[in-house]
Amino acid sequence: MKVLVTVKRVIDYNVKVRVKSDNTDVDLTNVKMAMNPFCEIAVEEAVRLKEAGVASEVVVVSLGPQAAQEQIRTALALGADRGILVQTDEVLESLNVAKLLTKVIEQEQPGLVIMGKQAIDSDNNQTGQMLGALTGMAQGTFASEVKIEGDKALVTREVDGGLQTVELAMPALVTTDLRLNEPRYASLPNIMKAKKKPMDTTTPEELGVTIKAHSEVLRVDTPEERQAGIKVASVDELVDKLKNEAKVI
Amino acid sequence: MATLIIAEHDNSTLKASTLHAVTAAQQVGGDIDVLVAGSGCQAAADEAAKVAGVSKVLVADNAAYANQLAENVAKLVAEVGAGYSHIMATSTPEAKNVLPRAAALLDVGQISDILRVDSADTFGRPIYAGNAIATVKSLDAIKVITVRGTAFEAAAAEGGSAAVEAISAAHDAGVSSFVSDEVAQSDRPELTSAKIIVSGGRGMGNGENFAMLDSVADKLGAAVGASRAAVDAGFVPNDMQVGQTGKIVAPDLYVAVGISGAIQHLAGMKDSKYIVAINKDDEAPIFQVADYGLVADLFEAVPELDSKL
Ligand SMILES: Cc1cc2nc3c(=O)[nH]c(=O)nc-3n(C[C@H](O)[C@H](O)[C@H](O)COP(=O)(O)OP(=O)(O)OC[C@H]3O[C@@H](n4cnc5c(N)ncnc54)[C@H](O)[C@@H]3O)c2cc1C
Ligand SMILES: Nc1ncnc2c1ncn2[C@@H]1O[C@H](COP(=O)(O)O)[C@@H](O)[C@H]1O
Repeated sequence: MKVLVTVKRVIDYNVKVRVKSDNTDVDLTNVKMAMNPFCEIAVEEAVRLKEAGVASEVVVVSLGPQAAQEQIRTALALGADRGILVQTDEVLESLNVAKLLTKVIEQEQPGLVIMGKQAIDSDNNQTGQMLGALTGMAQGTFASEVKIEGDKALVTREVDGGLQTVELAMPALVTTDLRLNEPRYASLPNIMKAKKKPMDTTTPEELGVTIKAHSEVLRVDTPEERQAGIKVASVDELVDKLKNEAKVI
Repeated sequence: MATLIIAEHDNSTLKASTLHAVTAAQQVGGDIDVLVAGSGCQAAADEAAKVAGVSKVLVADNAAYANQLAENVAKLVAEVGAGYSHIMATSTPEAKNVLPRAAALLDVGQISDILRVDSADTFGRPIYAGNAIATVKSLDAIKVITVRGTAFEAAAAEGGSAAVEAISAAHDAGVSSFVSDEVAQSDRPELTSAKIIVSGGRGMGNGENFAMLDSVADKLGAAVGASRAAVDAGFVPNDMQVGQTGKIVAPDLYVAVGISGAIQHLAGMKDSKYIVAINKDDEAPIFQVADYGLVADLFEAVPELDSKL
C-alpha cells in the first residue's frame, strides 16, 4: 500500500508573528519557517506504517513556493521515500489545495492519505475534509490512533467528551491530532541520504487546476493586547481580590 | 438571504453550542433555519424549534445520520444548504468534521472560526494562534462559516415557535461506519460553557495531583481544564485540553495552575474575563496575561486556596 502525506511550510510554532504596519498581512520576512507540526505527526505515522510492513512506499507532497522543498527534504530525512512539490507563488486557499491534491491522488493512487488536522498559520482545519469530499474518500479526522486491518482503516478520533472509533473503507483519509504519535528527529546520516531521494516538481497548470479565489483578506490587525495585572503576595490576598475586586467567586 | 444552521445534538437534546451560531446568524440577518440530522432525533428538533429567532427546523431522521458520520451528513448539508446564502455551525469538533466536507461538495470555501460579523459577507477571524485577526470577505455565493462560540452570546433557548418539517433525504455514502465511543463521564460543567475554569499544566506532576484541582473546582462550581503538556503526559484525557488546537474558552475566571503560558495555550483562554496564574517561576509568560499572579509552589498554594474557599 502506498501512503501519501501532505506537509505544509509554515512559520515555526515558537515564533510569535507580527502584523505588518500597513495591515495587509503578517510579516514573514526573516521569520523562521518549518514543517507544520501536525504534518510532522502525519509523516511519522506514515513512516511507522512502512516500518511495520503495512505501507510499501511513502510519498510526501507539499504545495507552495519553491522553498517548500526544504520541508519535503525534511520529510524525506524522516523516512519518506519520494517527494512532489506543486510549485506556485499564488495564495492557496484550502479548496485550491484540495483540488490540486485530488489530481495528485488520481496519479498516485494511494491506499491511505495522511494530513495534519490544522495548519498553524491559517488555523483553518478544513483541507483534509475538503479533499475527502472531492475524492469521495472516507475521513478519519483528528486521529489519535490508526490501525490498518485488511482493506479497512480503524481510526480513533478526538471528539467532544472523549474518543470515537470509526471504520473506514480504503482508500481512506486521516488527519492527525497531537497525540497520534511523537515524531522522531532526523539523524545526520538520514539527512544526507534524503538529498539523493527523488523529488518531482509540478505546477497547478500541469495538473490542470485553475486557482480560484474564494475569499479576500481585507486587512489584518493585531488583537487587543491583554494588560498584565498585579502579583498578589498570598493566597489570602488572592481570595480577597477574587471576592471583593473581581467579584467572580 | 437565509441561513441554515447545522444543529449539534445527541438526538434527545440540542447542545448549547448551537445557540452561539444562532446569534451569529442573527447578526448576518435574514431567516434562520436549523437542520437537525440524526436518528430518532425528534426531541432535539423540538428543542431547536423553541430557540428564539429560528423560523423553521428541518429534521432528517435516518439511521445513516445516527453517529454524525461526515461522509453522510456532509452530503445532506450540501443538498439542503444549496438553497441558502449562509451555512453556519459553532466550531466544535463535530462541525469541523462535517462543514468543510459540505463546503467542498458545494464548490465553495469555508471561513473558519469567526469572531465577528461585519456584514453578510465579511467576517473577522483569528489566524496564527490568535496573534493576528484577519478581516475576510467571502466571494462565494454560499458562505460556509464556523463560529467561535466564545465570541457570540448564546441565543435564548426558549421563546421561539418554529415550524418543524421532516425531510426524507437519505444519504449513506457507505464508506464509513461507527465502531465505538469512549466518553469521559463528568458531573462538572462543560469547559466551553463553564463560568469558572481551573486548569492544570505540566507542573501538576501527575494525574493523581489533579484531585487537588477537582476539589477547588467542586467548591467553585468550575470545570477542570489542562494544558497540552498535561494531556500529552497522560495526566488527563484529551478533551480537557485548552488552546489553539484544543478547546477555546472564555469564562469569567480562569485559574492556570502550573502552566507556563505558551502562545498555543494563551490562544485558547486569553479572552477570559479574569485570569489567575499560580506558578513558582515569576518569569513564566502566563503572568503577562494574568490579572492576579501568585508566585508560589502549587503544592502549597492550591491546598491553602482550597481550605479558604
Ligand atoms: C502545533 C501545536 C499545538 C499546540 N496546541 C496546544 C494547545 O492547544 N494547548 C496547549 O496548552 N498547548 C499546546 N501546545 C503546546 C505548547 O506549545 C506548550 O508546550 C504547552 O502549552 C506547555 O504546557 P505547560 O505550560 O503545562 O508546560 P510547561 O511549559 O512545561 O510549564 C510548566 C509550568 O509549571 C510550573 N511549575 C512546575 N512545578 C511547579 C510547582 N510545583 N508549583 C508551581 N508551578 C510549577 C513551571 O514553572 C512552568 O511554568 C501546542 C504545541 C504545538 C506544537
Ligand atoms: N500548501 C499546502 N501544502 C501541503 N499540505 C497542505 C497545504 N495546505 C494544507 N495542507 C494540509 O492540510 C492540513 C490542514 O490545513 P488547513 O486546513 O489549512 O488547516 C495541513 O496540516 C496540511 O497537511
